[in-house]
Amino acid sequence: MSELAEKTLRLTEMARRIRLNALDMALAAGSGGSHVGGSLSCIEILAVLYGEVLRFDAKNPLDPNRDRFIPSKNHCVLAHIPALAEAGFIPREEILEFQKDGGRLTGYPRRPEIGLEYSGGSLGMALSVGIGMALAAREQGRPSKIYILMGDGELNEGSVWEGFMSATHYGLDNLTAIIDRNRLSYDGDTEAVMGLDSLKDKLASFGWHVSQCDGHNAQALLEAFWDTERGHPHVVIAETVKGKGISFAENRPEWHHHRLSQEEYDRARGEILGDSL
Amino acid sequence: MKYTPANIKMWARMGQRGAVFGIALPDIAAGKERVKLLTADLALLSGMERYVKKYPDKFLNVGIAEQNMIGIAAGLAMEGYCVFASTYASFIAVRSLEQVRQNLAHMGCNVKLIGSSAGTAAAKSGISHWATEDLAFMRALPKLTVLSPADSLEAVKMARWAADMEGPVYLRLSGGLSCPVVYEEDYEFIPGKLVRLREGDGPAVIATGLMVSEALKATAMLEERGISCALYNMHTIKPVDKEGLSEIFARHSLVVTVEEHMVTGGMGSAVAEYKSTLSNGPRQVFLGFQNTFCQAGSQRYVWEQAGLTDTQLAERIAQEWEKEA
Repeated sequence: MSELAEKTLRLTEMARRIRLNALDMALAAGSGGSHVGGSLSCIEILAVLYGEVLRFDAKNPLDPNRDRFIPSKNHCVLAHIPALAEAGFIPREEILEFQKDGGRLTGYPRRPEIGLEYSGGSLGMALSVGIGMALAAREQGRPSKIYILMGDGELNEGSVWEGFMSATHYGLDNLTAIIDRNRLSYDGDTEAVMGLDSLKDKLASFGWHVSQCDGHNAQALLEAFWDTERGHPHVVIAETVKGKGISFAENRPEWHHHRLSQEEYDRARGEILGDSL
Repeated sequence: MKYTPANIKMWARMGQRGAVFGIALPDIAAGKERVKLLTADLALLSGMERYVKKYPDKFLNVGIAEQNMIGIAAGLAMEGYCVFASTYASFIAVRSLEQVRQNLAHMGCNVKLIGSSAGTAAAKSGISHWATEDLAFMRALPKLTVLSPADSLEAVKMARWAADMEGPVYLRLSGGLSCPVVYEEDYEFIPGKLVRLREGDGPAVIATGLMVSEALKATAMLEERGISCALYNMHTIKPVDKEGLSEIFARHSLVVTVEEHMVTGGMGSAVAEYKSTLSNGPRQVFLGFQNTFCQAGSQRYVWEQAGLTDTQLAERIAQEWEKEA
């Protein structure tokens, strides 16, 4: 098996484990519900990032030379927290405590020592912060790269375009934005709510180097992350499916925030496990 | 940089903004490696030319994009920089308020916001460019220190103090060119402590920003009329000086707060909030903009509509004092 094929297999397995953990978390969230759809759409992205692309040492989490990753679409906690466990930042047992009163993961506070680089939550904020981090890394001569994950609905925010404009202006080729293009925001089809199509052209016209790929294919994602251009910020448009991996949740806007029943959990788990046979 | 009487006069001519960006910031940049000054396309207006020329690598113009500016400032601060971010007070405190809340108040990023032309300095530009609610917004945010200098010297001292402390600050610069002098000589700036500028056993006047010099003139007029006011400069709006206020409340039966700001949520409110926690305290009169935007015009014209000129202040304080008799 080629090295790339081995990597792809390993990352695909990692994504499957994250997806199972996400289900466990959604069930643990109980009657409050959780953001199921948009977490499931970015799981392969996170697996590829934490499993291969990002450079970090969980035993030396504050190393100034580490890469920074911020999920600006911060409601993807069901995907991010299991990914942090995969990466060794938090013990696996802690995953289900993500909503526990007094817990260090609750409400997603900034804690770089466990890989939480930013207190996210409000959309359209983190790209600008990433630009500040990228400017700092360049000036300080650090090899750190900055990765910002954004939702496609999030691109409705004007502040995001201020960020896109300025990252090019400053020539930040140590900055990568990833768009989780699942085509659904809270109220439904992004093209019906506020159209974003010809997104690739929009971003290219802002001076970004644009890569587009199947956001659920680990190999395609890896190749997209590697496809960079000197002197230009890089954006990966990952074509994804909201609710990916659960047949009855896929492309269903009502699963944006959903209360998972035991029956749904059992069926979904069966689908994800069955998929591996 | 020396605090000589000649310099103090020169800085007064430059105004608070000119003195902070033309004098204090270059001085800070000279002594600090990891410092950045960010502006949203107001480098020329703010008098940053000298800074930009001397320290181009410590400067960033983000264009007319205040929200992006605060985000970039936070990202730089997280990587160890002391960041000054500046534009009109009205834009920094309102347009980018959520970025300030998330990055500075929640995460505590080491960013110093410098809001210029606060109050009604941009008088004829109109209400869009006034900052008459900024103290209310900024004061509600945890972790922020909120400062409001009375003159150029105090503004310079505050900027230097902010550079040396770790944590977010909002520095509210009032007035345009040529700022009246309150401190003619060097003095020790103590953050968080009220400064008594005049002693008296009649009404206690607590003022901030440009209203300190108006109140100085007003209380001098009142002295001639036999009303002996105490006058305090409340340069730190948050945290409030509880000890200093307690002393004032114990000594005076009437407190008059004066600010170039809405009376809702500003300095007067900060005074009243603390006063209301005490079992008894003096009556308070709130002077400022009375929950209304005035007509645009010259700054004097605007102040007249709100009763904030020296003679109007004196008249009003005398009236209120009569009620105490």
